[in-house]
Amino acid sequence: MSELIRKTATEIAGLVASGETSAVEVTRAHLDRITEVDDRVRAFLHVDTEGALAAARAVDERRAAGEPLGPLAGVPVAVKDVLTTRGVPTTVGSKILEGWRPPYDATIVSRLREAGTVMLGKTNMDEFAMGSSTEYSAYGATHNPWDLGRIPGGSGGGSAAALAAYEAPLAIGSDTGGSIRQPGAVTGTVGAKPTYGGTSRYGLVAFSSSLDTPGPCARTVLDAALLHQVIGGHDPRDSTSIPAPVPDVVAAAKLGATGDLTGVRLGVVKEFSGEGAEPGVLAAFREAVETLTKLGAEIVEVSCPNFSYALPAYYLIAPSECSSNLARFDGVRFGLREGDDGNRSLEEVMSLTRDVGFGPEVKRRIMLGTYALSSGYYDAYYGQAQKVRTLITRDFTAAFERVDALISPTTPFVAFEMGARTSDPYQMYLADLFTIPTNLYGGPGISVPCGLADGLPVGLQVMAPTMADDRMYRVAAALESAVGTLTPPAL
Amino acid sequence: MAAISREEVAHLARLSRLAVTEEELDTFAGQLDVILQAVAQVGEVAAADIPPTSHSVPLTNVLREDVVVPGLTPQEALSGAPDAEEQRFRVPRILDEDVAS
Repeated sequence: MSELIRKTATEIAGLVASGETSAVEVTRAHLDRITEVDDRVRAFLHVDTEGALAAARAVDERRAAGEPLGPLAGVPVAVKDVLTTRGVPTTVGSKILEGWRPPYDATIVSRLREAGTVMLGKTNMDEFAMGSSTEYSAYGATHNPWDLGRIPGGSGGGSAAALAAYEAPLAIGSDTGGSIRQPGAVTGTVGAKPTYGGTSRYGLVAFSSSLDTPGPCARTVLDAALLHQVIGGHDPRDSTSIPAPVPDVVAAAKLGATGDLTGVRLGVVKEFSGEGAEPGVLAAFREAVETLTKLGAEIVEVSCPNFSYALPAYYLIAPSECSSNLARFDGVRFGLREGDDGNRSLEEVMSLTRDVGFGPEVKRRIMLGTYALSSGYYDAYYGQAQKVRTLITRDFTAAFERVDALISPTTPFVAFEMGARTSDPYQMYLADLFTIPTNLYGGPGISVPCGLADGLPVGLQVMAPTMADDRMYRVAAALESAVGTLTPPAL
Repeated sequence: MAAISREEVAHLARLSRLAVTEEELDTFAGQLDVILQAVAQVGEVAAADIPPTSHSVPLTNVLREDVVVPGLTPQEALSGAPDAEEQRFRVPRILDEDVAS
């Protein structure tokens, strides 16, 4: 096994830039690792061996010619299968898009190419990013490298598992209710959800458009910040993209790594630090709060009373938006078409296509959203949920008048055993209890490893004000400097 | 009392263009009932005079210059279609023959 797979993205970029190693060598090391372990981890839906090696050769040629290299030149990256990749299969974990090769790249994918990264392939996910375990992928679940009998979180379990299994040093995820942060927490890796509008949604297959936020996944906070810097920033192709520079997350991560949080006020969310989480998670969180105090942070308790209603509000808003967004999967323009035998009508073919193409969780959410938006129920469900969203935003605004950032455990429980929550959909939803408020508010949140409970990773979440993503990187990097990175048992 | 009946779920499936089986209907009715009972908690919040939030970014009427930029060719746009003909998406018949005549 090549030592290159243990390196951080920062180290790899340095080695490639100085010529100590080549991008091709780095890429081969990671492709070999995928061959070695991915039949057990199943993080990837598609490995683009040829494309990766071609991209790596291009980096090496540029370097040989003395041309300037991108900031992450030669660094391999795994991309969640929710982003379109030109000519490379994109399924969103669904049978309805099996075999689809998009004719265009998502903006984030274009920016990854421009930065000189090497895309290894596409990672597994819960179908249409709906789930917290990857068990709802139509192509089978991903396994947690810490314990192959456990889930790697979701929906971006493939990206997180690829990092923890040393199959890739960087990965892209998307976070609608916690799909970057919760997988990060349960695999002992770092996952950041940028401010909504801080990263482009162009080419991100839509689930819930007012919440969907693509973002970086890595094994260290600095690597996540470097990736954030590369993929972030205004995109004229996304009308909800914020026309402002990316907050200086890299400088913030470096500042945090000095381990000094003097003058930083952190608020522990009262509602998320008592009941509702496993004792082991709470113990690790409390220990991390002690550590943050030792690093100089001032800790206060902050009450956000409406956060308790975030989960029910989310499960009205997100399904409502999904029921509208997923109407485009009709068997006409792309993907599956079922039952077109010359006798059935368009509507019959559509209904059959959608029944065969969508899995149970996607169907549940489409129907739930259709219900919440129907006349007679609209005011009581969708309308009321939107008002609760306002109140949650007010809780955040009030909190940030008192503190610089809020902290909580990332998720109430450590990686659970496969199959433990699939029979009761609402039990699965609880995995995102602590991450959802941030999505409803639109601010940034990051999960950083803070310790172990029963030998499994626990994540601490830092939540910051809108467009103050740099603050969460500073706090996360400081905690990382004290706790260190977590290393899973050998696969 | 159940928040949603089996008949209502069947109606939702039709509205959603999902040709669900009888067996699926039984499963979904029970599961959607549990979920709806839980999400109904939003009704406990006193929010009568609170304005709704549909979106967290305060941007409206995002416009751009009306300039031609490269787009997909018809071939590229049709490349993923299950069926295409004469540079168009081909679909099964839309109207019944007696309605069409």
